[in-house]
Amino acid sequence: MNSKYLGVIMAMLSATAAYPLQAKDLPVFNLSVKDGHFSPVQVEVPAGEKFKLVVKNEGSGTEEFESSDLNREKLITPGASVVIIIGPLKAGSYGFYGEFHPQTARGQIIAK
Amino acid sequence: MLATAIIVFREVLEAALIIGIVLAATRGVVKRSAWVSAGVVAGLTGAALVALFADVISAAVAGAGQEVFNASILFFAVIMLGWHNVWMGRHGRELAQQMNAMGQAVKEGERPMHMLAVVVGIAVLREGSEVVLFLYGIATAQQDQAGQMLAGGVLGLLSGAAVGLMMYLGLLRISSKYLFRVTSWLITLLAAGMAAQAAGFLVQADLLPAIVPTVWNTSEILSQNSVPGRLLQTLIGYTDHPTGIQLLFYVVTLVSIAWLMRLYGGAPTRKTACVA
Repeated sequence: MNSKYLGVIMAMLSATAAYPLQAKDLPVFNLSVKDGHFSPVQVEVPAGEKFKLVVKNEGSGTEEFESSDLNREKLITPGASVVIIIGPLKAGSYGFYGEFHPQTARGQIIAK
Repeated sequence: MLATAIIVFREVLEAALIIGIVLAATRGVVKRSAWVSAGVVAGLTGAALVALFADVISAAVAGAGQEVFNASILFFAVIMLGWHNVWMGRHGRELAQQMNAMGQAVKEGERPMHMLAVVVGIAVLREGSEVVLFLYGIATAQQDQAGQMLAGGVLGLLSGAAVGLMMYLGLLRISSKYLFRVTSWLITLLAAGMAAQAAGFLVQADLLPAIVPTVWNTSEILSQNSVPGRLLQTLIGYTDHPTGIQLLFYVVTLVSIAWLMRLYGGAPTRKTACVA
């Protein structure tokens, strides 16, 4: 790739890096995924409130947390944890799955 | 094996469709295969690097590195696609005339090829890095089935490439009179879809407000996870339940590119009419 373009990408990245990320104290909910299975399978969260979902990959392969109900997708390398900010949600249930194990890695977020 | 094939197919499909459109948009342009190949090679190299540094990228920018990285490269592709369209709008008439008159390749075509090579590279980079991570996970986690999974991966890769090829061949059937018009619309829609996707990533990183959480929900009618849904998602940016800001980015990108094409390139419709 042309170095000029690489420069632009770097500039954009650093510009976004300079943007102050809101370090609000959001409620945290934990989830782990191991070799194609989420635990717990159901996460209960308060409705109408923004929250952080921390997903830890305890398995040996990469997983992608994906939810079309929530419009979220995020890769999680083995041993890593990612933070996904969700909500505020209306009361209801929102499915999520592991893109790399779509048959077995399935779970739900229940907003009450 | 089938599961692997489907996952790889879905990732490859997006890149293959974009390459198909780029190839059709540059029909008759000198050295286009060299540029497109350079884009693919750069994208593959980039994909391996992104996969290697996935941890670092993910942890950057207060944990939102992945989203910011994805959004940045998508916005970059949007700019390249828009720029290409404006340039083609400007020179499209001469290109079309020379192609029609002499049926010959056009030298001026080299300039927008820079941008399209970058777009091809970005498409391969994004989809490729996921495939690399996925296949790497398989290789480490399930050694007993590795051979079967690999077969699935190859099957997915080939079928994704085949759909891209079909798209390209289908576009080639369009008479060259309309080809510029069709490809510039395809590229505009592609760019608008990418802008909306980028906005989605920034909402996920909490850097942009969603404005409206769900403008509509058509997941029951056409899920974006189905193969037709995925096709439409790549081609026109279809999302089964977009947020307000995604819709806003989509419309603004679409209107901006169309407006810039009119402003700097003259109306592409009239130009094509002149050629006819």
